[in-house]
Amino acid sequence: MNIHEYQGKALLKAAGVSVLEGVHCTSIEDALAAYDSLGSKVVAVKSQIHAGGRGKGTMLNPQTREEVMQGGVKIAFSREEVETYATNILGNILVTIQTGDEGKLVNNLYIESGCAIAHEYYLALLVDRENKSVLIMASTEGGMDIEDVAHNTPERIHKINVDPNAGLLGFQKRDLGMALGLSGSALKSFFKMLGSMYEMFIAQDCAMVEINPLVKTEDDEIVALDSKISFDENAEFRHKTWDELRDLSEEEDVEIRAKETGLSYVKLDGDIGCLVNGAGLAMATMDVIKLYGGEPANFLDVGGGADEEQVKIAFSIILEDPKVKGILVNIFGGIMRCDIIARGVIGATEALGLDVPLVVRLAGTNVDEGKAILAASNLNIHPADDLAEGAQKIVSLIGGGE
Amino acid sequence: MAIWIEEDAKVLVQGITGKQGMFHAGKMIEYGTNIVGGVTPGKGGQEVLGVPVFNSMVDAITETDADATVIYVPPPFAGEAIIEAANAFETVKGTGVIICITEGIPTLDMVKAAAYVANRANVRLIGPNCPGIITPGETGGAKLGIMPGHIHAKGRIGIVSKSGTLTYEAVAQTMSIDEGQSTCIGIGGDPVNGTGFIECLEAFESDPQTEAIVMIGEIGGNAEQEAAAWAKDNCSKPIVGFVAGATAPPGKRMGHAGAIISGGKGTAEEKFAAFEAAGIACARDPSELGQVLLASLKEAGLR
Repeated sequence: MNIHEYQGKALLKAAGVSVLEGVHCTSIEDALAAYDSLGSKVVAVKSQIHAGGRGKGTMLNPQTREEVMQGGVKIAFSREEVETYATNILGNILVTIQTGDEGKLVNNLYIESGCAIAHEYYLALLVDRENKSVLIMASTEGGMDIEDVAHNTPERIHKINVDPNAGLLGFQKRDLGMALGLSGSALKSFFKMLGSMYEMFIAQDCAMVEINPLVKTEDDEIVALDSKISFDENAEFRHKTWDELRDLSEEEDVEIRAKETGLSYVKLDGDIGCLVNGAGLAMATMDVIKLYGGEPANFLDVGGGADEEQVKIAFSIILEDPKVKGILVNIFGGIMRCDIIARGVIGATEALGLDVPLVVRLAGTNVDEGKAILAASNLNIHPADDLAEGAQKIVSLIGGGE
Repeated sequence: MAIWIEEDAKVLVQGITGKQGMFHAGKMIEYGTNIVGGVTPGKGGQEVLGVPVFNSMVDAITETDADATVIYVPPPFAGEAIIEAANAFETVKGTGVIICITEGIPTLDMVKAAAYVANRANVRLIGPNCPGIITPGETGGAKLGIMPGHIHAKGRIGIVSKSGTLTYEAVAQTMSIDEGQSTCIGIGGDPVNGTGFIECLEAFESDPQTEAIVMIGEIGGNAEQEAAAWAKDNCSKPIVGFVAGATAPPGKRMGHAGAIISGGKGTAEEKFAAFEAAGIACARDPSELGQVLLASLKEAGLR
């Protein structure tokens, strides 16, 4: 789960990390009032969306898709400029390297005071899968794409792994600060900042905290100028506050509804809907559809214990996508019994008046009963014995492939 | 021989009085698994499915001399259940295998639990978020997890996979060419887990019953690449591989918490390439795993 920059900065500030004064706005009037209240001559006017590359993005008119302005993050030197930038941003679409071509509608703005920057750094905290611990990564090359830095000048990236038993230790914070070339009061400021940030990472069950840039001001203070924070959704049960931080407009409506019914659904661009049990098999099903010349319309894992009702909901979610021209059901029954799935498929087909080709591949527990139920149904359901046969059948039924 | 879990291993179930725990304990017993007890704090002294329930793992291992435990505890408590089991195996018996089935454990809980287990050299963790481990026997065998027992048969193919149902698919593929399995392990789809691919390959390599290996990976991380590199230098037995997620879009979590392509890394193509570079025979379609395995067995003079 991702949160906005302004929300992340509020968390950082509460944890004791220095951030600049700023105000979250949703209207031009708010933005002007924020400018007046901040009392800073120079402010940053920042689009709030869950994607990076905002500064180098393009603002588009949502209807005409004509360019309104270059850049989704602007530095304003006057009240008039704040008004112009806020007008160009709010209610318009921001396209960045990370949003895809359709871009994202900007409903939130952050107006932030300026500061005198002496140097920009990069800092990230994340869970390192290989070392099974929290990894802290910092670089002197702030403001740049870290993937590029890692590729071109890997020696400028410094890393420390935190032993979960020992926690983040003083020498580690000091070593990292010194590796960045910090000394004196700037090093002290970095030391304190990193401790606070690590504590927040653990307390908030973060998956990643990325600060790019982290800056040293001309007064030798270390300040988080940007913030990109994501949470580990598995820990949602112990964070009641996350509900308020969740911006549902940033998530696919249908993916949210799927999740609420215990289904895992990701929309894709193709025309063959898939309904599968198990995440790995669901991915493999998509892959095999593609291998035989089709394009999957979605990833859908109904999980290990789906009942007839969930199968019906899964079908209705798949069919909401107008591009879907056919559906492949692929079930390897373990805990889930094939006869239950077969009844669910028939129930859904009848209830929803399914009018696209349907191929059903069943294997595993109670497979013979499941197949018999489908065969006796008189519905237009095409059986398949294995995944390859199922994929080939659905691709040919919708007239795709070679 | 099999790896880590012998056919007659003595097994505990943590969370045996819960809905999931009781259902699967029943299925494991049905398969022939030697379930010797269960653990639910506060319910010690009861009997469930004909086996005694204990209040703690220390009590349970002391009384039953169990070799392994299967955890069906809900996510908020599962990290601690792993640590309790690791501590109990080490202090009571000095050794033990922990299988954690639970899906949805907070990652930072797993960071703690994995570090705790790693500090106990003779305690092994498999999972979490996995189907478990099964060693099929001549009749019955040891099923420690949620996989459908009846699709398996004792044999010489070792299977290791991140995914549940895809493991069943691999099992069915071995059966389609009349090959059974030595041991099948689901290592789980979470970003932080216990036993990894390399440890499984290492154990299969030194297990006399295992003559060939099927390895199933998926997008995210680079465990498959590291395992392939290890296998190239250390594995003499034929390996057949598949990687799920070639069509997965970047930046999207595909069901499993760990199945995500981030920063262009962890793609299926990268992993297939690493497999091929290590001499692992790849199937691009899991329904071809059987035929690819058959070809590898023939090439190795095993058929």
